[in-house]
Amino acid sequence: MKKTVRSNLITMGLVVAAYIIVQILIGTGNISSLMKGLLVPLCIYAILAVSLNLTVGILGELSLGHAGFMCIGAFSSAFFSKCMNMFVPGMPGGLRFFLAILIGAAAAGIFGILIGIPVLRLKGDYLAIVTLAFGEIIKNLINILYLGIDENGVHFSFKSSLDLHMEDSDKIIINGAMGITGTPNNSNFTIGVILLLITLFIVLNLVHSRDGRAIMAIRDNTIAAESVGIPVTKYKMMAFSISAALAGVAGVLYAHNLSTLTALPKNFGYNMSIMILVFVVLGGMGNIRGSMIAAVVLTLLPELLRGVVSDYRMLIYAIILIVMMLFNWAPACIEWRKKITATVKSKLSKNKTAKEV
Amino acid sequence: MAMLEVKNLSISFGGLRAVDDFHVTIENGCLYGLIGPNGAGKTTVFNLLTGVYKPDEGIITLDGTNITGKKTIEINRCGIARTFQNIRLFKELTVLENVKVGLHNHNYYGTLTGILRLPKYFRVEKQMNEEAMELLKVFDLADEADILAANLPYGKQRKLEIARALATKPKLLLLDEPAAGMNPNETQELMDTIRFVRKHFEMTILLIEHDMKLVSGICEELTVLNFGRVLCQGKTSDVLNNPEVIKAYLGE
Repeated sequence: MKKTVRSNLITMGLVVAAYIIVQILIGTGNISSLMKGLLVPLCIYAILAVSLNLTVGILGELSLGHAGFMCIGAFSSAFFSKCMNMFVPGMPGGLRFFLAILIGAAAAGIFGILIGIPVLRLKGDYLAIVTLAFGEIIKNLINILYLGIDENGVHFSFKSSLDLHMEDSDKIIINGAMGITGTPNNSNFTIGVILLLITLFIVLNLVHSRDGRAIMAIRDNTIAAESVGIPVTKYKMMAFSISAALAGVAGVLYAHNLSTLTALPKNFGYNMSIMILVFVVLGGMGNIRGSMIAAVVLTLLPELLRGVVSDYRMLIYAIILIVMMLFNWAPACIEWRKKITATVKSKLSKNKTAKEV
Repeated sequence: MAMLEVKNLSISFGGLRAVDDFHVTIENGCLYGLIGPNGAGKTTVFNLLTGVYKPDEGIITLDGTNITGKKTIEINRCGIARTFQNIRLFKELTVLENVKVGLHNHNYYGTLTGILRLPKYFRVEKQMNEEAMELLKVFDLADEADILAANLPYGKQRKLEIARALATKPKLLLLDEPAAGMNPNETQELMDTIRFVRKHFEMTILLIEHDMKLVSGICEELTVLNFGRVLCQGKTSDVLNNPEVIKAYLGE
């Protein structure tokens, strides 16, 4: 019990420490503008990795559509923010962004439930493939969605902006493949870190509660979980929708970090989903802190390599990925790391006793 | 009144009638054995009783309530808990957590209470820990409470499975080959444990077992299954001396 509390505090402490270090670096001017631009994406990827770990590591279902939920969070919140900007211009930015976060999370969570109903009946590879398909469907539907508001109400179409039959074309909010432009830039590093902390708080506390135990029991043995009276469908849905809602929060951060939001394969496609999955697998399935660190390292790495060996950047990135995977998960490496920590510990304790004597 | 009353229970898989006209009456507090050759349908009977399969025909009554056709979860809430032939623990959870999953439906707090760590969370968790530790002490597992279930030795895994089943506070406990893979010493210890469980928790127990020493040692009544049908039923000593049972199962 106390051990888990300490471990949770370490995880949160790491985030706070990183935040303080970065703030000091910014204050002393020791940080490049490139790195500054990376700060919010770092938070976004960390949130995505932590939230996907809830589905993959804790619930034990391989989901490849996580970017889809991020997409929903991004577009629903950007739509909301832009509407508020147009129709309630006096609204304070902080309040608007707060509501946008809630709306993004809720929209992604609701889609999580809707998609979860058919998807969670499946298992293993089949579930992975179907989540992949749903992720792509979401992205592609948003890509052809036209949505506008005028005095007559809300217009929407899947054909073209002309089909909206709007009197004033300026009021088109989602313009098909052009997406949403002019979303207020509310995201910043501080808010990103706060949202990451909240995500960690939710996921870590959920895992170490009655519900989290039930979810992990389902992961370890569904039949046995049913035999002791755990409602399997309910807890699968819970984990999946919370995971989706948190991905939605990452989407909100993403949408409010850029002035133009479009649903491209690059940002909301399966490439993104798989990248998040790489964070989770590398950091360790079920290891929340690990997936967060992996997200940060793997996002920073290509940028750091840019300065050193720009030509072979992606090649070296791939090699480092393989080496890290081996270091973390190869049985021989695990043995070796255990040995090292044991010797270090025994030496430390010897020093201690020697001092006490 | 009988704790478990099963009448005319049947199920077919394709053309195979796996269980045919199975019937049994188990009195409250009885230690009842279900034996028979491999493939006779013993585990299928367990799966029918716990709602894993839905019977084609028949009525199952537990302590006066009809539980035929209910789902596994509902049947567990009505009061049947089981263990499995091939151990099914929550391997990546600790021993203590395994038992706490069993306590799930008897100790409630909401999801938000858990996430926000409201006072109720600490109160209920503390109570669950105490209850779980008490159960683990009964099974001599208290020292291993923080070990992952996967790292327990085999005999203790079997015990933990029984502890987890008992955590759901059942009226009837089904044990599917509890002594499978155990050496004579462990089997002897298991027999003592089962006897103790029955006395301590005033439990009605139905068990499947191949180890005749265990069966003749602790079961009061027996049912012998053969090819899905009841071959013989009654007091243990009578059944084991029945010539048909000897021919079909025990060997001459």
